[in-house]
Amino acid sequence: MSQRFKDIDYIGVVLWLFRTAIVVVVLWGTISKLFLEQGNAYTTIDWIDFLIAGLSQGSLYALIALGYTLVYGVLFMINFAHGEFFMSGTMTATIFVALPLSSSGFLDANPILGMLIIIIVAMLVSVGVALLTERVAYRPLRRAPRLVPLITAIGASFFWQYFFRGLYGSTLIPFPELQVLVGKWTVFGIEILKTRAVVMVASVIMLIGLYIFIMRTKTGTAIRAVAEDKDIAALMGIDVDRTISITFATGAAMAGAAGILYGMVFRQVHFFMGFVPGIKAFTAAVLGGIGSIPGAALGGLFLGLIEAVGPPLFLEGLGIPGAHQLKDVIAFTMLVLVLIFRPQGIVGERLAEKKA
Amino acid sequence: MKRTIFLVLISILMVMGLAACGGQALECTDAIGCVEIAPDDPILIASSLVISGPNTDLGLDSQYGVEIAIDFRGELLGHAIELQPEDDGCNAEGGQTSATKIVSNPQIIAMVGTSCSGAGVPAAKIISDNGYAMVSPSNTAPALTDPELHEAGYLRTAHNDKVQGRAMAEYAINELGVTKAAAIHDGDPYTEGLASVFSEAFQELGGEMVAFEAIDANADDVIAPLTTIAAAGPPEFLYYPVFIPLGSLITKQAQEVDGLDGVILAAADGVQSPSFLEAAGDAAEGMYVSGPDLGFGNETYDKFLAAYQEKYGTEPTAPFHAHAFDATNMILDAIEKVAQQADDGTLLIGRQDLRDALFATSGMTGITGTITCDQYGDCADPKIAVSQVQGADFVKIWP
Repeated sequence: MSQRFKDIDYIGVVLWLFRTAIVVVVLWGTISKLFLEQGNAYTTIDWIDFLIAGLSQGSLYALIALGYTLVYGVLFMINFAHGEFFMSGTMTATIFVALPLSSSGFLDANPILGMLIIIIVAMLVSVGVALLTERVAYRPLRRAPRLVPLITAIGASFFWQYFFRGLYGSTLIPFPELQVLVGKWTVFGIEILKTRAVVMVASVIMLIGLYIFIMRTKTGTAIRAVAEDKDIAALMGIDVDRTISITFATGAAMAGAAGILYGMVFRQVHFFMGFVPGIKAFTAAVLGGIGSIPGAALGGLFLGLIEAVGPPLFLEGLGIPGAHQLKDVIAFTMLVLVLIFRPQGIVGERLAEKKA
Repeated sequence: MKRTIFLVLISILMVMGLAACGGQALECTDAIGCVEIAPDDPILIASSLVISGPNTDLGLDSQYGVEIAIDFRGELLGHAIELQPEDDGCNAEGGQTSATKIVSNPQIIAMVGTSCSGAGVPAAKIISDNGYAMVSPSNTAPALTDPELHEAGYLRTAHNDKVQGRAMAEYAINELGVTKAAAIHDGDPYTEGLASVFSEAFQELGGEMVAFEAIDANADDVIAPLTTIAAAGPPEFLYYPVFIPLGSLITKQAQEVDGLDGVILAAADGVQSPSFLEAAGDAAEGMYVSGPDLGFGNETYDKFLAAYQEKYGTEPTAPFHAHAFDATNMILDAIEKVAQQADDGTLLIGRQDLRDALFATSGMTGITGTITCDQYGDCADPKIAVSQVQGADFVKIWP
């Protein structure tokens, strides 16, 4: 008996209590919001609106999170400059393509072609910035201790932020509104804002496309091989430097496209716009299991959902005023919880061999 | 030998003479220290205003006001006046960083700033604890001059939002005839203070507040909180005294939420700038904005505007340039009043003396009106106007 008490791992007990407490608090808030509250209750339509807002925001997070996860997969580094890849393409395409196309009337006359041009320009600029960063800031440090590229990434992030601020100024730039996307569609009896629907569909298409690219193509196989072991991959005749560049380029292209979708929904861009989505997408990538592509997608959707639904659901149920302000608290609490209880994330990275 | 003794005696006399000279002319007796300005050194004033990020229009406009005040003054007590501009970032971190940087330079006499109340709270503490003084041209949060929270070195020429929030509530009820309103803030002292004052005044005047919501200043998706507000009401009048970019986001997304179509939108002086209009576009058309009444109608303001246009090639971009001009003059007048002058031009300025002189400012004629400070640092002569966005411009419609 006394032996059994001695064997108790006290940290384990504390963590278990912590976990239980959080579950109880969330459940309590949810139940009191859904069943006990008088008046001021949400209708089903309100809940659907929350869900759609969350899913569309989440699909943006998912697209950005892919860049983190891909780069982590091959280099084991968190590329904190990724938010800036997102920003650079979006701002450049907005200023040099979207605004001129819109004021000349071309965009409203050929919305699909116009948007495609804008997205392609954004992707190209993001890719360019990413390749440049990789070549100049990361490649020379490939064999350095892991902390070094992390700090470099933060430096690169600041560099690009203020580089583009110097280039384009620090004011907000409006993203043109597409006339065809004003208003709502009704899908299965649910009213949904057109821009949100487009964002969700486009994200799903891009996610599937990326998955096929990684899983079915030769380049994708090379990326996976480099992710497992750079040296062995090199011995097998894979050009490691080139593959890593392609990985950065792929992530940045996704970010550039996500940036234009972001602009379409929120209709304003500025030089600091990459920071918050970047941090959120990083959270999403860790949430889903950093290194895993389906994980990043799931993590992004999950994060977007809980940010939109969490405040009205359990924070308001707990009687917290101005609950929506605390959506970041929910997001980052999730990050902490995942790091404590399930560091491998929701999906977890499956490896042929454990890597350190 | 004789010669040596003579030389030693001479030098001792000279040293004594010098010491006596210095002591006689300038001696710091101030309780919290002095600034000594050598004959050829400039009088150094700092500013901490938002000069980066989406709210640059607000801070640069004030900084131009400070620079024009310095230009108009030319020199003070035979010294040039120099400005050290810092950035308050419109957030608490920026206020803290810039204030720390300012108090680390013992030659800085006082600071004009901050732009944003959120930056003002930590800055006021650091500036005051280190014996400096600050005059803000655009902090309007009631908390900063609250008797219990006021920091000893803090003053402002901007109005207190107790006045502005009330003006907006009166306008909404008396002129627009609405009865149900909702307010949004972002947790910053300026926005929260103004939203609270508005909602108190609105209820006092017989209206009903259906929601009082908070959204993070860096949020991008505001559909969820707006849905919460629509579900609670829906309100006829939505007041969101926040900054850019949140202000333009709410303006654009409010129309997309069920139940908020047709709601009257209103914001405050934090977004009264061309960059807000550009960012919000057509969605801002018809919305109301409260802010200081710029119809000052005095000669100095006309001269000021001409100088502004000539020097910076633009119309003022925010409502607080005149307040910044007055804040700078308050500081310069106070320096002139308390500085001790040595024969060689050295200046000695007592920091407590300077504070006392600032707080004693009374009946000073500024652009913004007659400036008189109370013991908690409120110096403004507050006049609030409500403007409406018409044809992508702010048009004053009340009073």
